[in-house]
Amino acid sequence: MYKILHREDLTPQIHLFRIHAPAVAKKARAGQFVILMVDEKGERFPLTIGGWDRKEGSVTIVFMEVGTSTRKLAALKKGDSIYAFIGPLGIPTHTDNVGTVVCVAGGFATAIVVPVAQALKDAGNRVVSVMGFRNKELMFWEDKLKACSDELIICTDDGSYGRKALVTEPLKEVLEANKDVKMVVAIGPTIMMKFASATTKPFGVKTIVSLNPIMVDGTGMCGCCRVEVGGKTEFTCVNGPDFDGHKVDWDVLMARQKSYTDEEKRSLELWQNHCKSQMGGKA
Amino acid sequence: MAEKFNLNRVSMPKQEPGVRARNFKEVAQGYTHEMAMEEAKRCIQCKKRNCVSGCPVNVNIPEFILALRDGKMPEAVNQLKANNALPGICGRVCPQETQCEEQCTLGKKGAPIAIGRLERYVADWERALPSSQKPATKIGPSTGKKVAVVGSGPAGLTAAADLAKLGHKVTLFEALHVAGGVLMYGIPEFRLPKEIVQGEVQYVKSLGVDVRLNSVIGKIDTVDELLSDSYDAVFLGTGAGLPMFLGVPGENLNGIYSANEFLTRTNLMKAYLFPEYDTPIKRSKKVAVIGGGNVAMDSARCALRLGADEVYIVYRRSREELPARAEEVENAEEEGIVFKFLTNPRKFTGNAQGWVTAMECDEMELGEPDASGRRRPIVKPGGGITMDVDCVVVALGTTPNPLVPATTKGLETTKKGTVVADEATGKTVKDKVWAGGDVVTGAATVISAMGAGKRAAAAIDGYLKGR
Repeated sequence: MYKILHREDLTPQIHLFRIHAPAVAKKARAGQFVILMVDEKGERFPLTIGGWDRKEGSVTIVFMEVGTSTRKLAALKKGDSIYAFIGPLGIPTHTDNVGTVVCVAGGFATAIVVPVAQALKDAGNRVVSVMGFRNKELMFWEDKLKACSDELIICTDDGSYGRKALVTEPLKEVLEANKDVKMVVAIGPTIMMKFASATTKPFGVKTIVSLNPIMVDGTGMCGCCRVEVGGKTEFTCVNGPDFDGHKVDWDVLMARQKSYTDEEKRSLELWQNHCKSQMGGKA
Repeated sequence: MAEKFNLNRVSMPKQEPGVRARNFKEVAQGYTHEMAMEEAKRCIQCKKRNCVSGCPVNVNIPEFILALRDGKMPEAVNQLKANNALPGICGRVCPQETQCEEQCTLGKKGAPIAIGRLERYVADWERALPSSQKPATKIGPSTGKKVAVVGSGPAGLTAAADLAKLGHKVTLFEALHVAGGVLMYGIPEFRLPKEIVQGEVQYVKSLGVDVRLNSVIGKIDTVDELLSDSYDAVFLGTGAGLPMFLGVPGENLNGIYSANEFLTRTNLMKAYLFPEYDTPIKRSKKVAVIGGGNVAMDSARCALRLGADEVYIVYRRSREELPARAEEVENAEEEGIVFKFLTNPRKFTGNAQGWVTAMECDEMELGEPDASGRRRPIVKPGGGITMDVDCVVVALGTTPNPLVPATTKGLETTKKGTVVADEATGKTVKDKVWAGGDVVTGAATVISAMGAGKRAAAAIDGYLKGR
């Protein structure tokens, strides 16, 4: 069992946990992920690592409540324990010094971008960051991303904070203004990564995305997370999660992500009914 | 003299095909006490002991059968477990017909002794006892040596049990959230109930083995770190967990699973109990399983139990070349699974939402024997059939997971990704590292992996005791 040492609600739906997992914390690096099971009957699902504290022996995860598993997780308090916590999995993000790098963060993935941007900054890169949220209420960690960026552009879909734009708009402008950008790292919802990759392609700038397909074991055993990259089938869990965004077949990925939409709906309804009955039907 | 021999074995009660095809309960239900006694009495206790040499772990077969016949059950357990830490598992999934039973003297005249069924009976008898009454296992004096066993499948469990019995301190690392490896994620509940596997894991733990779950060696500590940390030797039993795909167009459509994924969702994650368990699996209607091994049979039979109307085994050779156990093929056919021989997929097509809807296949014919000694399937020119399907399970086999070999300096691997190790001892070319089971041989049987674990444990013991 893996104890929750700290819990913070970044927004009503986005939560940060620090989990006691010394063996994982000892080796964790930016861009890697963990597989969790909330309880014995839970799903195995991946979350990208948001940080670590080797001294405390803890790993930070940030997640948004979406389906049953993330809601079950969100129902836990500080001091509670998680049934299984496996990692650090996948290949760390390459964070060599290449010159100028643009980091694009979409929504709650900001939590994953921060350690990557930090590592890129530490390696000596000039880091320009673009973060986008649907609205101001959903925003968090502006300060953290700012601290590891030389320049930070914030946008919201509805204009409630920063620029009213999708991330692709400032991304394009940054690439037009800075011919020396060597690499773009775009992490966020799949649709955002798809369009960020489409935006950078005409500039010929290498674009790294962190894919989030459905996984089961997370160690190369099942092939559920297979994606097509440059016409080749790759397992995200062992050969990713980072891939060249210009080579990813986004349609295959998005279709596969929807494999269990009906089942997820059914499972969520059950969980919500369970929660309601726990609260005496008052919810 | 001859009339004294009973040449007919006692048959094993099974769930009726029509019933069992719709539930996940164990198909074969085991002997009753009377059946076991009757079958045990058939053993002529011959001096040749051919059965023992037919067993990869050399179980004391005549001895345990004799004790059983004489009603000395604790003695039967001790004899059985002297060389086999996992008898409840072996009694169910070993291919006895090509091992111990094939060598049985009675087999020359009639049916060999049903050794597997008797093994299962004795193991189940012990499992039903309260732990205080279970026959104790002798554990050797502590040697003060530490061994890391990587992977808790049949090879790792066996090596860990033997090393612990010999007095070594053993830590068993498992990547998944439960111990048992392929016994948990691969072999279905209806062939090997998970409660039985966990019972035997519990036994291995009772020998003093420290089981660490959720521990991916290579990602947390590497093998080199284990060795420089505090371990005196490492045994790699990481199995063959990497699924092979066909590499044909459309294989990444939704509804196409590797057998590993299909079985892992179903068995390990208990998707057949969704939504009580959170992991889903598609409840498909028309399923094609590609391949002819035991894993293909298991996948097909799971698909049926998940509610499919039609399940096909699609195999590129003919019935004669099927690598699956005859018993499993028979079980599958009885349950209504349809075999399509000399058929090989060449393309999958899907709908606008990305779901598989059809499978185009080549028709095959058999040519000259290939390296495996089986006749090579070749495409019949101009032929082809299309099958409508809403689910495909690819059961073409597996290769070793490269995670540990790739992070261990100085290990030698083959082109197929298997780790090179001495067959008699499991010793790899790397100092202090042994390996055995599927990671060395490629996908094989539970018992051959156990045999390798056993031989490696003996070799490691010899090394640690300076012999």
